[in-house]
Amino acid sequence: MGMRKVAVIGAGMTKFVRRAQETPKELSWGAARMALETADLTLDDVDAVCVGTAPDAFDSVHMNGEYLSDGAGAWRKPYMRSYVGGGTGVFAPIQGWYHVASGLFDLVLVVAEEKMSSFYPHAQAAFLTIFDHTTERPLKPNLLWIFALEMNRYMQTYGISKEDIARVSVQHKRNAADHPCALLGDADITVQDVLNSEVLAWPVQRLDVSPVSDGAVAVILAAEHIAKRVTDKPVWIEGVGWCLDTAYWTNRDLAYPRYVESAARMAYEMAGIREPRKEIHIAEPYDPFDYKALHHLEGLQLADRGQAPRLYIDGIAARDGNMPVCPSGGLLGVGNPIAAAGLMKIAELFWQLRGEAGDRQVPGSPRRGLAQAWGDLMQVGTVVIMGR
Amino acid sequence: MSLLERDLSAPGSWSGSLPVTSRYSYGLAGERFFRAIKDEGRLYGTHCPKCHRTYVPATSFCERCLSELNEWIDVGLAGEVHTFTLLYVNLDGTPRQTPEIVAFIHIEDGGLVHRISEIQPEELEIGHKVEAVLKPQAERSGSILDIRYFKPVHRQE
Amino acid sequence: MTSKIKMFPGTPLSEEDFTEGNVLFNVDQMRGDFAWDTGVAIGAYLAALKEGMLLGARCATCRRTVVPPRLVCEWCFRPMVDYVPLQDTGTVNTFSLCYVTWDVQRIKEPEIPAVIEIDGASPLHGIMHKIGEVEPEKVHIGMRVKAVWRPPSDRVGAITDILHFKPIEEV
Repeated sequence: MGMRKVAVIGAGMTKFVRRAQETPKELSWGAARMALETADLTLDDVDAVCVGTAPDAFDSVHMNGEYLSDGAGAWRKPYMRSYVGGGTGVFAPIQGWYHVASGLFDLVLVVAEEKMSSFYPHAQAAFLTIFDHTTERPLKPNLLWIFALEMNRYMQTYGISKEDIARVSVQHKRNAADHPCALLGDADITVQDVLNSEVLAWPVQRLDVSPVSDGAVAVILAAEHIAKRVTDKPVWIEGVGWCLDTAYWTNRDLAYPRYVESAARMAYEMAGIREPRKEIHIAEPYDPFDYKALHHLEGLQLADRGQAPRLYIDGIAARDGNMPVCPSGGLLGVGNPIAAAGLMKIAELFWQLRGEAGDRQVPGSPRRGLAQAWGDLMQVGTVVIMGR
Repeated sequence: MSLLERDLSAPGSWSGSLPVTSRYSYGLAGERFFRAIKDEGRLYGTHCPKCHRTYVPATSFCERCLSELNEWIDVGLAGEVHTFTLLYVNLDGTPRQTPEIVAFIHIEDGGLVHRISEIQPEELEIGHKVEAVLKPQAERSGSILDIRYFKPVHRQE
Repeated sequence: MTSKIKMFPGTPLSEEDFTEGNVLFNVDQMRGDFAWDTGVAIGAYLAALKEGMLLGARCATCRRTVVPPRLVCEWCFRPMVDYVPLQDTGTVNTFSLCYVTWDVQRIKEPEIPAVIEIDGASPLHGIMHKIGEVEPEKVHIGMRVKAVWRPPSDRVGAITDILHFKPIEEV
């Protein structure tokens, strides 16, 4: 297709915390600096910067990306910002990818940042703007509604129990206990803990939800000739895909995310993958809620519809299973700074595929991983496939 | 259906409001910068030895090379008017009799946007030297408003 | 690399750090007041609500009836010019029992938001609204419901002209 090969050659991130003292600029800088330093590069080596940061509403700063751009190393550089809600974390590297794949730039720094704690008293109220102002907001909805409604439909359609779903939260939070940046890692959490937690919007309970957090992640993308000079373990971006579904979320099937399937197919085709279940060694689907990981695994064609819980029951999704899911601990365990969370998954795959994930390392030299993010009102699917 | 066929009795607009409250921490550098204004009545900048630049307000890192900045320098309270404007209209749109003077005051390689006072608007010029007038320490809270305004520094001939 | 990196940046603060003045901070309040144009399609939708009716629109090519009405069919991009009156009854597609308000306050009696497939619209096509006049435990997916309208003199042309949907009694 005339596109150049692109590799991820560095990654960095901050801790994901509930309230960071650092400003958005300082958070971005923490991640960007780590990515450059660990790859032995300087800002002079960077040709362009792609920033992902979600709604300006959280910070009440207009043009939030431009505002924090100095921390992302974008001073006097070509710069672009992308924002597709939670999908941003996987979309920003896609944007970085086509900057390099097109031949326009050789080395691009991708930074995703979110500071949600400025919104007072709680970031949840900022999400009111996700609902249609005329036909939905007068009902005084809150963000939990849409997830609870989708979760209920998913459970009912396939006969999935709360226990099955709670397993996801337990596994991810246990995985996160091995992540140095995690906010809610817990090595001892059990299914019973999840089922006993406070009911927020039935069927959603407190431990089904990922925590609001502040944080930033950065990765460095390079063209082949540079990647091979800088590192002997480049991780190639083999496929990308993205898709948007209808703006009318109440006018379709909530039990199955077709937009994730479309994004996944686009990525699989580009990567030449015919049997994803065999060829994907590590999956990092987006898990802001535990049921969503299952929902997305099915959209990604990694499980039959309604069958994703079996991956957890049968141990396939465990770190030492056949297809580990969210070895990082996912959003449920590490935290959910809206735009940065997806990029955390990309960074995780980078470290995993190079054998550098420490206590979280998936055994057996995995060679191919998939990261997926989701955003807006049940609308956006973004997928990236990485391989060695 | 085109705009011309629109139902004229239909409500033309839907009203709503979005109150937003933000609580901003100042960050690692900002904390130190504003504490210095509050407790010491001093302005600080940070210096990047590689790029030979001193950032005011103080920042944690250099935007040109991303190095961590650890050199904190007292940059004094004076600066030079780089540009200014005279505001004849209030924030709510009501007119003002006497204009408010807002300027960008250049200090080292950065500076502050703030008010200028103790001078007739017609007499202010770009290039004038000005210095900060602070609130008494007991009234300072660690805010940009701890500086009341900047006033002209009169040169001794 | 995470195995090699020992120190990750990020300084966590607690709520007490703010209330006890351990860190400096600044509170900013803003307010956006909006008057959103209803447009052709939603304008008609609201006018119909004022008359006590739910309005949809039909795309003849896709053979699909949607609600609320819209200017263009997002499947085939043709203009949607057929506005179709729908019934004010429907089927619960999904629901939730919510014990938390939009500004994170706990409430005792749950609110019951739902997606209700409206009779007359295509399958899986509905609107979000609330369910009332029913015990929370009795609500189920597949339940048949009917809109409860405000008295005509109280209607203004808003989604809240419908107070909520209540179960249709099984005869």
